[in-house]
Amino acid sequence: MRARRANRVLRLADERLGYASVARKTMAKIFPDHWSFMLGEIALYSFMFLVATGIYLVLFFDPSSHLTTYDGSYAPMHGKEVSSAYASTVSISFDVRAGLLVRQAHHWAAHIFVGAIVLHLCRIFFTGMFRKPRELNWTVGVTLLILAIFNGFAGYSLPDDLLSGTGLHIFFSIAEGTPFIGDWLAFLVFGGNFPGDVIIERLYALHILIVPALIAILITVHMAVLIRQKHSHFSGPGRSDANVVGSRMWPSYAIRSLSLMFFVSAVCVLLGGFAQINPIWVWGDFSSPQITAPSVADWYVGWIEGALRLFPPMEPHLLGFTIPNQFWAGVLLPLVTFAALYLWPWIDRRLTHDYGTHHLTGRPRESPGRVAIGVAALTFYGVCLVAMSEETLVQWTHAPVADIRNTLRVVVIVLPFVTGFIAHRIARALRDSGAGGLLLLSKADWRRAREVRRAGKAPPIPPSEPPTEEESPEAPAPGEPLDEEGRPLTESPAWVHPGGRIPE
Amino acid sequence: MSRAPAPRPVVLCFGLGTLCAMGFAAAYVLDLSTPVLGAVLGGSLTLIALALAVWSHRIDQEEPDYVEERAIGPTSSEQFEHFRQALTESPVPRSGFLWGMFGLSVTTLGAALLFPLRSLLPSMSEVPDEVLSESAFSQGRRLMTEELQPVKPDDLEVGGYLTVFPDGSDPRQDVGATLLIRVSPDQLQLPADRTNWAVDGVVAYSKLCTHAGCPVGLYADQPAQLLCPCHHSVFNVLDGAKPMQGPASHPLPQLPLALDGDGNLVANGPFSGPVGAAWWGYRA
Repeated sequence: MRARRANRVLRLADERLGYASVARKTMAKIFPDHWSFMLGEIALYSFMFLVATGIYLVLFFDPSSHLTTYDGSYAPMHGKEVSSAYASTVSISFDVRAGLLVRQAHHWAAHIFVGAIVLHLCRIFFTGMFRKPRELNWTVGVTLLILAIFNGFAGYSLPDDLLSGTGLHIFFSIAEGTPFIGDWLAFLVFGGNFPGDVIIERLYALHILIVPALIAILITVHMAVLIRQKHSHFSGPGRSDANVVGSRMWPSYAIRSLSLMFFVSAVCVLLGGFAQINPIWVWGDFSSPQITAPSVADWYVGWIEGALRLFPPMEPHLLGFTIPNQFWAGVLLPLVTFAALYLWPWIDRRLTHDYGTHHLTGRPRESPGRVAIGVAALTFYGVCLVAMSEETLVQWTHAPVADIRNTLRVVVIVLPFVTGFIAHRIARALRDSGAGGLLLLSKADWRRAREVRRAGKAPPIPPSEPPTEEESPEAPAPGEPLDEEGRPLTESPAWVHPGGRIPE
Repeated sequence: MSRAPAPRPVVLCFGLGTLCAMGFAAAYVLDLSTPVLGAVLGGSLTLIALALAVWSHRIDQEEPDYVEERAIGPTSSEQFEHFRQALTESPVPRSGFLWGMFGLSVTTLGAALLFPLRSLLPSMSEVPDEVLSESAFSQGRRLMTEELQPVKPDDLEVGGYLTVFPDGSDPRQDVGATLLIRVSPDQLQLPADRTNWAVDGVVAYSKLCTHAGCPVGLYADQPAQLLCPCHHSVFNVLDGAKPMQGPASHPLPQLPLALDGDGNLVANGPFSGPVGAAWWGYRA
């Protein structure tokens, strides 16, 4: 009975939209089964979670720098003159029922969002899947990373508390450090000298409307290109550049992915319920006479903060201009970082002379040089993050801050070379020995790898040209199920799901 | 008609997830604490996720791997040529030139539309470079505490410090935030042209770090040093707040002090330089 009613609704809609054959094709879309392909989905679902919780918070937050007298239920602040932004954030935390849960879950989700994007980017980088034809989607992804970081920073700044106010002052100073137009840039953004009285309102418009809209649009583009090009997949029996092997969207992958969506939301909500984050009523409102505590930023901007601490003091005057100290770590480093990310597919192509089209996901070991560069870069940013937490190092080691800083100044330059070199050697040993994985790499494997290299029989780099028809004669037909060896299963009809083929 | 039963764990998880969801509603009504709300809501989401995970795992056990052909690639050159011709054919002559004119007008329009961005800085007469170089203090202006009280040198003990603002200014606009520090006068080693800038061992420096503008809020008395909590720059209070450590590259601007008729501390001139971080047009 129920089935018949559902059937009628589907039929009614099809009479008007004629969607059935398109939907049928979509349902047969193939998703590769490797876990690493789900990192991007975690980013997608945490974004959806951010939008949902964000809409709730918008209903209670007052984005205004205007002063108001706090009269909520947090007794230590009674009668205090604070900005409406700060007062309403404290209200969300204490007076809106379930408000603190939503606020904290929102903040945690922001960490997961940026973190998942970074991990997803690492997956794409180390497996070489930014190569042709996916350069365009790589640049879309890098833009999404920048927007995610910016929106995280904007959201962090909205409560107008002591920490975020200090963060905004650093942001103002970094803007001032922009070559030649820095003073104008900073004044235009803040509507005058710091702090001005418009920055909360402006960041609010960016945080809840403009940047999320851009992110949503770019996610759509990211998905559209993905659907057009289809997923890449790891090599294996029956797998080639000319096909995708995995699970069908319906009935298997959709449910798996839906499960991931609920898991991501669950993690955000559980963190929001149990793990306190950004207790702004402890920091106090933004007023400069009070700041004494060490300030730290959220990790996704923390690498800039750490680099600001490590860069040595110098402020040369050249041709009538001063090069402000904060220019190097605050302006140049992010610019170089993101420029390098944007251009990486083209830099990599120059370095490897690999101009071919790739749909088979390479294992990281296939390009030890790329592994070395990736690991070195991650080490560099990791040391910058450690520099952001100098205070913790001081507490642990009881060494003077100056010694720790000087040590880190050396480490941040030297360690990337060391880790990059080690990563290169490990990747090369894995490649030449054919060992199963990093943890399975034995002494014998190192020996074998060395012998293979000495004999000059290192396996050739996989062909950069897509295999021609002759090279993969066994490429199965579309929609065909495979057995474990990757042979088509058409002969054993028991395995064939009746709806498994794409209609011609 | 006999049907195979639904997988037990899936049914169980969905059922418990439903109960937890009801638990969240109840916890909300009872105004229970944030961890309880998080536990029941997070529990519900976790259980639903688990149910879906087990369900999809059951499906995967039944399903083989499927293969889909990747039909994407460059268009054949013949078809591409058709596309190019369709794109460029035009019944009106010199369409290339017309498109060029279109590009020119739209580019100019785009550039013209950048001008209203200037309105982001509401004051049309404000020049950032001048505002940044301006001093919040001038000759004779009193130094006031946050509670709007004037300060006498003896309000500070040797080793004490205090944040003050120019009389009549809004403490939230922190360009005027100034640190008063009292040291014993014989320890001071101010530059030769600043020997009369201190009053009874009280010196005044801008509170904004010259590295990235953070308030330099930590003072250590022995030796007399100021530490910025953001990037750990250290300034020597005795010799004109020259940077000793960390990334800061120029001294905190110093404020010359004097006493007015009532014995209150007043500025005896502007700051020795622009406060806060440097910019490209910065002149010491």
